[in-house]
Amino acid sequence: MLAKRIIPCLDIRDGKTVKGVNFLDIKEVGDPVELGAKYAMDGADELVYLDITASHEKRKLFSELVQRIAANLNIPFSVGGGINELRDADILLSAGADKVSVNSAVVRDPELVDQIARGYGSQFVIVAIDAKLEKGRWQVYINGGRQPVSKELFTWAREVQERGAGEILFTSMNHDGTKNGFACDALKELSEILSIPVIASGGAGTEKHFEDVFKSGKADAALAASIFHYNEIPIPKLKNYLKEHHINVR
Amino acid sequence: MDVVIIKYNAGNIRSVDFALKRMGIEAEITDDIQRIYAAKKVIFPGVGEASGTMKYLMENGLDKVLKRLSQPVLGICLGQQLMCEWSEEGNTDCIGIFDQPVLKFPPQDKVPHMGWNQLLNPVGPLFKNVQEGAYAYFVHSYYVPVCDDTVAECDYINRFSAAMHKNNFYATQFHPEKSGETGQRVLENFISL
Repeated sequence: MLAKRIIPCLDIRDGKTVKGVNFLDIKEVGDPVELGAKYAMDGADELVYLDITASHEKRKLFSELVQRIAANLNIPFSVGGGINELRDADILLSAGADKVSVNSAVVRDPELVDQIARGYGSQFVIVAIDAKLEKGRWQVYINGGRQPVSKELFTWAREVQERGAGEILFTSMNHDGTKNGFACDALKELSEILSIPVIASGGAGTEKHFEDVFKSGKADAALAASIFHYNEIPIPKLKNYLKEHHINVR
Repeated sequence: MDVVIIKYNAGNIRSVDFALKRMGIEAEITDDIQRIYAAKKVIFPGVGEASGTMKYLMENGLDKVLKRLSQPVLGICLGQQLMCEWSEEGNTDCIGIFDQPVLKFPPQDKVPHMGWNQLLNPVGPLFKNVQEGAYAYFVHSYYVPVCDDTVAECDYINRFSAAMHKNNFYATQFHPEKSGETGQRVLENFISL
């Protein structure tokens, strides 16, 4: 049976892993390569590396770091941040990334999804969507949650699927950093309208939240950062919990 | 160990090289036909689209080279699919080592099949010390049906070939280079054939 995936997310700034709360108040937590290798040993199914400063400060892509990650990791990983054109994706693929996640750039230029999918296959492109529930509507934001755009979560998700996205990574800005659980209702709806896998992000605080996101939220994978970085929920313990609650994990 | 990774217009070649390096093996990534013929082991990795990749292989004569190889060859993911007869992806005639079609998953569940899934009935030299039900990493929208050459199965939407073996040719639909310790064991088993 296909296992539900547990994905630690490592936010990278200036080559270091950092974690912010509600996209602000950034703290350093460790070397991205060492931390990634440790998570792989612990049973993480996949890793996400996000260059959080890239998008708005137009930082140079972190391809050297990606190469070090690829050399040391025996599980898949995706990278995101600062991918603005096909060439950026190409550099990351050559450096050894298994997938790229694109967010702000494809909102500005949706055709980029088609281009990456055509060039490297749908499995290579994750479209990350940050959205906030405002007056009953899931408003899409770009630039690390700073700027609202004229898009709604479900319509946008369907559009990028049509354009060739291989996965959707949905972060609920209402839930991110709160540790009060994932946005299960929105995730369930997303999962039901899409035919591609959905990665849930934002709100993980307890083992029960992961059980909920897989059972009620119908997510294919769940992503979290701080609870793993600060070892609040060690991955082996989380996986045992999920197995005991009849969720198929590796 | 003299290992060659075939260089062509598909992704994921780097990852295989890195995985071998972690095992202490310096492979050569090349499209030089003489080097490929002379190598002790040949790895044919790949992520990408079948028709464009097949066209590239034919233009460079690599399709014929692959078929004629007599040393152990390991196809990975798209590599396995291209070693079959024909692919539904782009209605593509493939290399024809395995007498099998490559079919698209029916849309009864999410496609691509992406993530960790279990190896069922793994048999033969590739799976020495690999347990029944061990997890491996898959990413694909097309599959090879279970057939006489199947040496491990996987279950997603239907049963399909997770790995194949015929004469000196081996192939996996999963990515051993991304499948943690299980994957490393498969690669080690191939290298020590």
